[in-house]
Amino acid sequence: MEKWYLMTIVVLIGLTVRWTVSLNSYSGAGKPPMFGDYEAQRHWQEITFNLPVKQWYFNSSDNNLQYWGLDYPPLTAYHSLLCAYVAKFINPDWIALHTSRGYESQAHKLFMRTTVLIADLLIYIPAVVLYCCCLKDISTKKKIANALCILLYPGLILIDYGHFQYNSVSLGFALWGVLGVSCDWDLLGSLAFCLAINYKQMELYHSLPFFCFLLGKCFKKGLKGKGFVLLVKLACTVVASFVLCWLPFFTEREQTLQVLRRLFPVDRGLFEDKVANIWCSFNVFLKIRDILPRHIQLIMSFCFTFLSLLPACIKLTLQPSSKGFRLTLVSCALSFFLFSFQVHEKSILLVSLPVCLVLSEIPFMSTWFLLVSTFSLLPLLLKDELLMPSVVTTMAFFIACVTSFSIFEKTSEEELQLKSFSISVRKYLPCFTFLSRMIQYLFLISVITMVLLTLMTVTLDPPQKLPDLFSVLVCFVSCLNFLFFLVYFNIIIMWDSKSGRNQKKIS
Amino acid sequence: MAAFTIAAGTGNWFSALALGVTLLKCLLIPTYHSTDFEVHRNWLAITHSLPISQWYYEATSEWTLDYPPFFAWFEYILSHVAKYFDQEMLNVRNLNYSSSRTLLFQRFSVIFMDVLFVYAVHECCKCIDGKKVGKELTEKPKFILSVLLMWNFGLLIVDHIHFQYNGFLFGLMLLSIARLFQRQGLPILSRLVLNSGGQAILPPRLTKVLGLQKRHMEGAFFFAVLLHFKHIYLYVAPAYGVYLLRSYCFTANKPDGSVRWNSFSFVRVISLGLVVFLVSALSLGPFLALNQLPQVFSRLFPFKRGLCHAYWAPNFWALYNALDKVLSVIGLKLKFLDPNNIPKASMTSGLVQQFQHTVLPSVTPLTTLICTLIAILPSIFCLWFKPQGPRGFLRCLTLCALSSFMFGWHVHEKAILLAILPMSLLSVQKAGDASIFLILTTTGHYSLFPLLFTAPELPIKILLMLLFTIYSISSLKTLFRKEKPLFNWMETFYLLGLGPLEVCCEFVFPFTSWKVKYPFLPLLLTSVYCAVGITYAWFKLYVSVLIDPPVGKTKKQ
Repeated sequence: MEKWYLMTIVVLIGLTVRWTVSLNSYSGAGKPPMFGDYEAQRHWQEITFNLPVKQWYFNSSDNNLQYWGLDYPPLTAYHSLLCAYVAKFINPDWIALHTSRGYESQAHKLFMRTTVLIADLLIYIPAVVLYCCCLKDISTKKKIANALCILLYPGLILIDYGHFQYNSVSLGFALWGVLGVSCDWDLLGSLAFCLAINYKQMELYHSLPFFCFLLGKCFKKGLKGKGFVLLVKLACTVVASFVLCWLPFFTEREQTLQVLRRLFPVDRGLFEDKVANIWCSFNVFLKIRDILPRHIQLIMSFCFTFLSLLPACIKLTLQPSSKGFRLTLVSCALSFFLFSFQVHEKSILLVSLPVCLVLSEIPFMSTWFLLVSTFSLLPLLLKDELLMPSVVTTMAFFIACVTSFSIFEKTSEEELQLKSFSISVRKYLPCFTFLSRMIQYLFLISVITMVLLTLMTVTLDPPQKLPDLFSVLVCFVSCLNFLFFLVYFNIIIMWDSKSGRNQKKIS
Repeated sequence: MAAFTIAAGTGNWFSALALGVTLLKCLLIPTYHSTDFEVHRNWLAITHSLPISQWYYEATSEWTLDYPPFFAWFEYILSHVAKYFDQEMLNVRNLNYSSSRTLLFQRFSVIFMDVLFVYAVHECCKCIDGKKVGKELTEKPKFILSVLLMWNFGLLIVDHIHFQYNGFLFGLMLLSIARLFQRQGLPILSRLVLNSGGQAILPPRLTKVLGLQKRHMEGAFFFAVLLHFKHIYLYVAPAYGVYLLRSYCFTANKPDGSVRWNSFSFVRVISLGLVVFLVSALSLGPFLALNQLPQVFSRLFPFKRGLCHAYWAPNFWALYNALDKVLSVIGLKLKFLDPNNIPKASMTSGLVQQFQHTVLPSVTPLTTLICTLIAILPSIFCLWFKPQGPRGFLRCLTLCALSSFMFGWHVHEKAILLAILPMSLLSVQKAGDASIFLILTTTGHYSLFPLLFTAPELPIKILLMLLFTIYSISSLKTLFRKEKPLFNWMETFYLLGLGPLEVCCEFVFPFTSWKVKYPFLPLLLTSVYCAVGITYAWFKLYVSVLIDPPVGKTKKQ
């Protein structure tokens, strides 16, 4: 690659922005008794370092599960253990059992931030760079611009470096998985994706497209010949990687069950806090949580999720293609986010990752989605006092997208990938020619609403009767946007290869 | 939609670059800030709450007002905005006050004032001829220049982390330089009547009629204003003075390029003088009326400080001090020197302000002044006898700044920016200048590292430094790829050596036992290592200026 230096510059810009954001406050800073996710991560280091593996997921006098008990899969626990060893080397007070609870200091903050940066640098960033280099049919300059936009995506930066989490690890593994699977290194890809699931169970949002895509590949090769061999190989890889990750917990039945119970806390309810999905938004009109019994809620959310992602998955299995795979990742993750049980606001990052991957193909819609996704995190970011970095990074991301893709010139039906859809609609409705303009207006309305709501949330005090007014509004508006995106992505998935066939026919 | 598109600046790389760096500056708000933050807060308080007659007498804080009057007025204007942020910061006795609103106000005032700098960069980009336009945007000299100026590492860390107001001051300087390059009248017209050397082909009277005079008066005005904002720019005043006299007051040259004495224009001299006089009167007049000029000057030029700052700026004196140290150590080993006669302070140098030489003769302010003048003189002579248009002026200006940096009394490491920024303009035009620029910039920027010594800022300075260095080297290499390589093996080796030096000073040294015994060692090493590079760049630039034939002769060949 002749322009390697520009890629280096892009990575350095990404790193600089990440580190400057990390100078800001983190979740739960100076807020006893529970603190926030920062303390959770530190607490996991304390637990994994001081207790034997068998006690990690169990409630005991040394491990109060009510206080940030470990509820992520084993790989997270191992990562915490690794960090704990480094922490022990620098300052044993940071991870001392019991006494280190709520430990906060500048040096410790620096240490924690560095662990995030290193994890990001080792897993997520190389994946992004490699992914952009592997993109086909676009110029080197566009590849670099694409990498810049993906690396500047504010949602991930703000949650990882502001709020404090290690999403870049699980998302990075998932991205390695996407890379592997799209480049036909299926075994490596599925291994990477298994690691992602074993780091964070939320990665299951992506699992169906992976499954369908690989299954589709096997079908394509013929289930009686090469396809079957591939299928067996894949199954072995998945089983082996899971067994390896879970080895210490497979010794006893009770261990495995306890970990699973911790990972899928069904009794925590349909949703918590404010999240921009259907259930929380619907809650404004009807208190579902109080009306329906818990198991009905579970079944209902399962049905909705399943129905909404079914068409895209079937399509992918029948016609596996790299582009279809990425689009299906988006729509599946979005379905999960909107309809499934116990969703966190941060889970929107799982949708954002695949949207970043289609940024170069559908720049206008992707940028729009990524802006909305960052906006949906606003209440959380405000709670963590991250207003300033949020606004700045969002603007930087927007400028990067506008300059590198000139998104406003790419709003024709063709560039929105809606050509074949509108052609088929026009067969029944000849006057259906306003689609492109309608989307432009929707974009304007959406952006203006977001800006206004942000301004209101920041400047106005909510009325006393409705203390959560603004955060509910933010969630509601984001949810409407997400519903629109779900419809849009499903449309382009369903109409995708038809246009391909048409083009072939024409040529 | 169209309006929205324009507002967002689609495809406009310049506004994207400017906005990008502005956002980066906003992200730097929570970083560490030095005592200069308190200095400027104190000045806000002084100018806001005291009458003019006490501005230069007030001494509650140790950070007394020691910038010229325009800067004081600037703080005065700022203070009227500041009162809406936090009234408390405007109290003179409120020492070391820094509420979060104060921080926001001060940081944003620097970021906001940089608008002037961005405008100046925009004007400078217009002066660069677009002959070498490549197909790619990233290979255009204009693009490279605007990145080199706007994303300048030194300016970013000195202004937006360390805290100072250099941005808009350099903006003024670049603006005045740009005005000396620019011509009034229509740009297309000027392209028609000027040859490639930038000299008018038409007879002088016709150029005058067409309104193609360069905007010298404006340039002189901006520079005079700049001098009354911050007097450090006196370093480059000789270049301005001689250039304006030679190229503006004398309206014609003999065919061999030497001055035609009878073309001296009194009107121009008087108008120039008037501009400078009026600006100075506006600035110093009130203090003259109050009979306070001596007090103002004693604040502006404090000679009580030592030869070198606590951290030696990487100049000639750093090498001199280091040589003295080496000689004294050798002398002690070989028993030429008596240990009892050696002053104690010299053993912990780098930590005390006054450095006493043990072997070599001590240096007085007068010596440094003479050295500086001697160093500047040849470049001034070149400017007079071998006029090369605005480019020659720019090289002379860089040389003035560098020479003063090399030999000046109590030079701050930050002063290197005074040479780096004008040199950026030269670097995108000629391969030779580009190579000197890269050596100067890389070592000069590295020498700013000790300004930021806190752990959270360590990654920022390394990342930003890498960002700027990799960009400047790679982009200039691409720009001049058809010419001979920019560095020889020795220069490459030297520049690569900065990496191990940084690793040793900041990652290895703190964990060794020497940290207690020789705490000054990293600073000393940094300073001496960078001094070598900067001296080399200064020398190389001087040689290239001296042996470069004047424009007239090159044409004949």
